[in-house]
Formats: sequence, structure tokens, C-alpha cells
Amino acid sequence: MTASLIHCRNLTRIYKMGENEVHALRGVSVDIRRGEYVAIMGPSGSGKSTFMNMIGALDRPTSGTLEIDGERLEAMKPDELAAFRGKRVGFVFQQFNLLPRTAAIDNAALPLVYSGISASERKQRAEARLRQVGLGERMDHHPSQLSGGQQQRVAIARALVNDPAILLADEPTGALDSQTSEEILQIFDQLNHDGMTIILVTHEPDVAAHAKRQIVFRDGEIVEDRT
Amino acid sequence: MNLFAAIRVALTALRVNALRSALAMLGVVIGVSAVIVMVSVTEGASNAIEEQIASFGANLLIIRPGSSAFGGRRGGAGTATFMNDEDVEALRNEIDGIAAVSGEMFGTSTFVADGVNWTTRIQGVHAEYFEARDWFPSSGRSFYSEEVNSGARVILIGQTLAQELYGASDPVGQIVRVGTTPMEIIGVMSAKGESSWGQDQDDVALAPITTVRDRILGYDLGVRDPVFTIYAEIDASADPGLVTADIEDLMRIRRNIQPGAEDDFSVNNLGEFIRARNETESQLGVLLAAAAGISLLVGGIGIMNIMLVSTTERTREIGLRLAVGAKRADIRNQFLIESVVLCFTGGLVGLLIGIGGAAYIESLDQFPIEIQPSVALIAIGASAFVGIFFGFYPAHRASRLDPIEALRFE
Ligand SMILES: Nc1ncnc2c1ncn2[C@@H]1O[C@H](COP(=O)(O)OP(=O)(O)OP(=O)(O)O)[C@@H](O)[C@H]1O
Ligand SMILES: [Mg+2]
Repeated sequence: MTASLIHCRNLTRIYKMGENEVHALRGVSVDIRRGEYVAIMGPSGSGKSTFMNMIGALDRPTSGTLEIDGERLEAMKPDELAAFRGKRVGFVFQQFNLLPRTAAIDNAALPLVYSGISASERKQRAEARLRQVGLGERMDHHPSQLSGGQQQRVAIARALVNDPAILLADEPTGALDSQTSEEILQIFDQLNHDGMTIILVTHEPDVAAHAKRQIVFRDGEIVEDRT
Repeated sequence: MNLFAAIRVALTALRVNALRSALAMLGVVIGVSAVIVMVSVTEGASNAIEEQIASFGANLLIIRPGSSAFGGRRGGAGTATFMNDEDVEALRNEIDGIAAVSGEMFGTSTFVADGVNWTTRIQGVHAEYFEARDWFPSSGRSFYSEEVNSGARVILIGQTLAQELYGASDPVGQIVRVGTTPMEIIGVMSAKGESSWGQDQDDVALAPITTVRDRILGYDLGVRDPVFTIYAEIDASADPGLVTADIEDLMRIRRNIQPGAEDDFSVNNLGEFIRARNETESQLGVLLAAAAGISLLVGGIGIMNIMLVSTTERTREIGLRLAVGAKRADIRNQFLIESVVLCFTGGLVGLLIGIGGAAYIESLDQFPIEIQPSVALIAIGASAFVGIFFGFYPAHRASRLDPIEALRFE
């Protein structure tokens, strides 16, 4: 078996809300290899987003070990996590999260701004990614001038622009109609076909069907993991 | 993220909310223009004071009987013994570092020329008076020490007196009757203008002290050759403190003051006196500075407020930037630069308004105003300071946001 890209053991995450404690993750252990296409499913509140944030270095576990691409994340400081996110992971959110009044190309280039890449190279790389997601003609459009599907494509271009090791998508089609969802999923399929590791969260079985592996969460634990 | 990119991001953000940005910088505009007006007024005042010092004669010592003329106690002057010509001679001959020395006494007399009458002050002085006070005739000549010794009937008149007696025609060479004594006008003094307490310094006549004493005033003061005041100009190369001390020692001996006894005369350095008085006048400057400081403070609070609003509004944007790799410092700098750019723009507008305001006050001719190029530096410095100082907290707060919570923010 080849070394895992993501390797986690007994991950827990406890949110403290005054007196109460919310156990969002209760000991999650999983390995994901390079090039896998994983769908994460489960009822609302089962810990899917919490798990994704952990892998995306947006959050740190309360306990457990988490190793991604050879680096230990559980003890990293906020700025080290930021540097890690900037280089190793790309996020696609349900709500697109594009900067308003900002051209598609500048939105797509945003992560490069923080990894110290020159303006001309930023432009070049953002253009290439926008073309890859089929938005070659819409580079200068602002988000308000784009449809939901087009906005999500810009977000995907942005997630890819840093050549990440993993693409994380938390309900990327949750705000789109089924036709547009299908187009977005085709982009994911193609990316995975070209070797990108993809983890996506979804509630919909037919979206999950695009992935080659399905992991199901319930009450902060993995209850099913099938290929 | 480099500075240039950060400034561009800041400018875009500020343009998006142009009206709000303009209102936010209003406080800084007012603050900076107040600072500039304040600086111009204080500069102008201190320049005016330096001019006053120069008009008295730089490095001028004034020796008077009685205790300090400038302290609280003035009472001594009338009771103490007058000085006399011998004191003037002694200062001239025995003290090193005196460039010119002259006694002065004065009184009031009536001047009559061509049937015109004018009553004003006449001063009797020695020949070195002109040099000591750094005040010379603008036409004609001053008198010589021989003329002082012989009690010559020569006189110099100030511009106002010349105007009153002769109008536009040239007084030099004319004979004017002073009291009952006809005297030859040998020169007209250059204009001195008003003194700082509003007295017309050109409404005066100057004649040899001997002539004034013996022929015009004829006081019997119980002292031979009395002198009210002695003016001594310190040599530019001499130490004023040392010369003052030497004069005090000499005068103590001449006036028989026992060791330990209080002096019955005073030696004052006018330049120092005026500078000391300047400190009271600079209270106006302090007041103006306080007003300017408060308006900058209010401006700064406005900036802080708008930056807090702006960072809260853009919480999701901050979350996104953090999610795609921005470090805390990147976020902090982004908002710091935004607030500095905001203040800086306000500072530039304030600079223009401040210069305009100072120029307007100058045109009123009520206050002396001095607009210096350095006000530009002050404007830049003050606005950058306000931007950094008041922008820091909102920027710091923004940089501490948790990316997940920020992304979820509605
Ligand atoms: N910041 C937080 N503070 C407190 N509790 C939280 C926080 N974030 C998540 N939780 C709790 O942790 C649990 C897991 O939440 P999570 O967002 O991971 O669920 P999810 O599986 O993504 O659900 P959904 O399908 O609705 O998106 C939930 O009970 C949730 O209320
Ligand atoms: Mg979720």
C-alpha cells in the first residue's frame, strides 16, 4: 500500500459552548491516498464540515493526530496553518465566497497574492485555470455579472490556482440547480481523472455517485466507508 | 503580499464606499488643517518676537537704578540714586566686550517749526546710542562725541515728528525750536514703527544728552550729569553672561554696595526678557495646539469607527483571505494600509485647506503668520500617525478572526 496523502488517527473536536460541550468529531481515523475521489455523506450535524475544516487546515483537532502530505498539522500555529492552506489545499464552498466587485481573474488569482507570486505570473496562472473551467471568455466579469454555476467555476479556478495537493469541496453543488450541478461535477471528474485528489461533501446520493469512495458520518464518527 | 498590491486593494475598497470614505476622513481633514493654521500662527508669532528683539538691538543690556525693572518689584527706581556720565565712561573704559555704550535721559518738550506746534518726547543720548540700539538716521547724519561734549544744538527727529512738523518737505538743515532753544536738524531717523505695547517709536527726537540736560529740560536731580538709563551693546564675540557679571561688579563698586547687600540697580538683557515673555505668549500656541490635537483625536476616532464598521462588514472577505493563505500580518496590514490611505488623503486635503486658512488669516493682517514648507511634512506625519494609531486596533482585531467563523458570518 502506498503512503497516504491524508492520515488521521482518533481525531476529536469538541466545541465548548459555555457549560455545554459539543462533540463534533469523536475519534475519526481514516487514510486517503493521492488521487482518490471521496464523497463524504451523512445527516446534518454529523461532523462533515468539521472534518473538512480539519483536513483543510482551517481548524485544529482537540486531540488526535493529523498528517497531510507529510506534514503534522495538529500542532501548527495559525500562521503555519495559513501557509499550509495557501500551498497545499484548495477550497470550494457552497456559497462560492467570491470577492464582490472584483473581476473573475482577480478572484481566481487571490491565493497567489499571499504566496508572493509576481503580478504577471498571477495573471497567467489565473487565466489558465479559468480557461480550464470553461470561463476563458469571462475573465473580466464581476461575480454579479455571472450565473451561480459560473461563479462556482471561478471558485474552482481559485481553488486550483496554487496547484494544491487536495481539492476540498463542502457541498459545492448545494446552491445550484441539477443541470448546473452536473456541469460542475464533470469538472471535478475531469480533475480527478487528471490526478487531483478530491474530497467533497454532499447530501445527494447521485452527487456522491461521482466519487469512487463514499464515507458516511453519523454523530461525529465514520459509520461507513465503501469503495 | 507586497505593499503596492496592498495599496491597490485599499484604494479599491475605499472607492467602493466613496461617500463613506469622504465622511470618515473629514475629521482628519479638519484636524490637519487646524494643525497647519496653528503652526503658521505660532511660527508667525515667534518671528514677530525675534523681529522685536532685533528692533531693540540684539544683545542689548539695559542698566537702570533700582531693583529689577522686569520683576514684580519696580518701586526702587525712583528712590535709588541716578547714574551719571561717569558711569557711562567707566563702562566704556573698564569693561571688555562692550561694543557701544550710551546713557539716556528724556523728557517732553514742545517743537515749533514754521508755526506748527508738536509736543513729544525728547531723548538725550551719547554718540554711541545709535550703534547700541542699532538704529540710524535714514537721511542726514547722527551726532559725534565732540558735539555731545560741547553741548551742540543739533537734533535728529523721528519719522512721525518729521511728518508732523514738515509734511513732505526735507527737514534736514532746518531749524526747529525745542522749548525755547533753536536747534539744527541734522538727520531724520529711520522708521521703527510701533513698539509691542503700541507706542509710536517714531514720535521722538534725539539730541546730545548734554544739550537736553542743560538747555532743554534743566532738571535738578541732585546729581551731576544724571543719566536715567544706560544701554550697552555686547560685542558679538563676547559672552553676554560674563559681560553682565562684569558690569554688575563694576556698578557695585561704583555705587558702594557692601558685599551681601542688595543691588540698587539692575542689568537686564532685553533679548532674554522678550524671549521669557514669549513663553507667556506661547500659551496661545499651546491652546491652539490643544484645539488641533483634539480635532485630530476626534478625526482619529472617526477613522477607528469607520474601520471597525468596514472590518465587520467584510468579515467573510477576511475569512476567505485567511482560507486561501493570508497570514494574520497580511490581514492586519491590509486594513492598516486602508486606514493610512484614508488618513493620508484626508491629510492632503487638510494641508490645502490649512494653507488656504493660514493665507486668509494673513490677509486679515491681524496676526503675524508664517507659512513654512515644513507644514507639508507635518500634514503627512500627523495623518500617517493618526492612520496607524487609530487604524491599528480594528486591523489587529480583523487579523485575529477565526477563518471558519469569519466565513460563516452573515
Ligand atoms: N463553531 C461551532 N461552535 C459550536 N458548535 C459547532 C460549531 N461548529 C459546528 N458545531 C457543531 O458541531 C456539530 C458538527 O457540525 P458540522 O458543521 O461539522 O456538521 P455537518 O455535518 O457539516 O452538518 P451540515 O450537513 O448541516 O452542514 C454540530 O452539532 C454543530 O452544531
Ligand atoms: Mg456542513
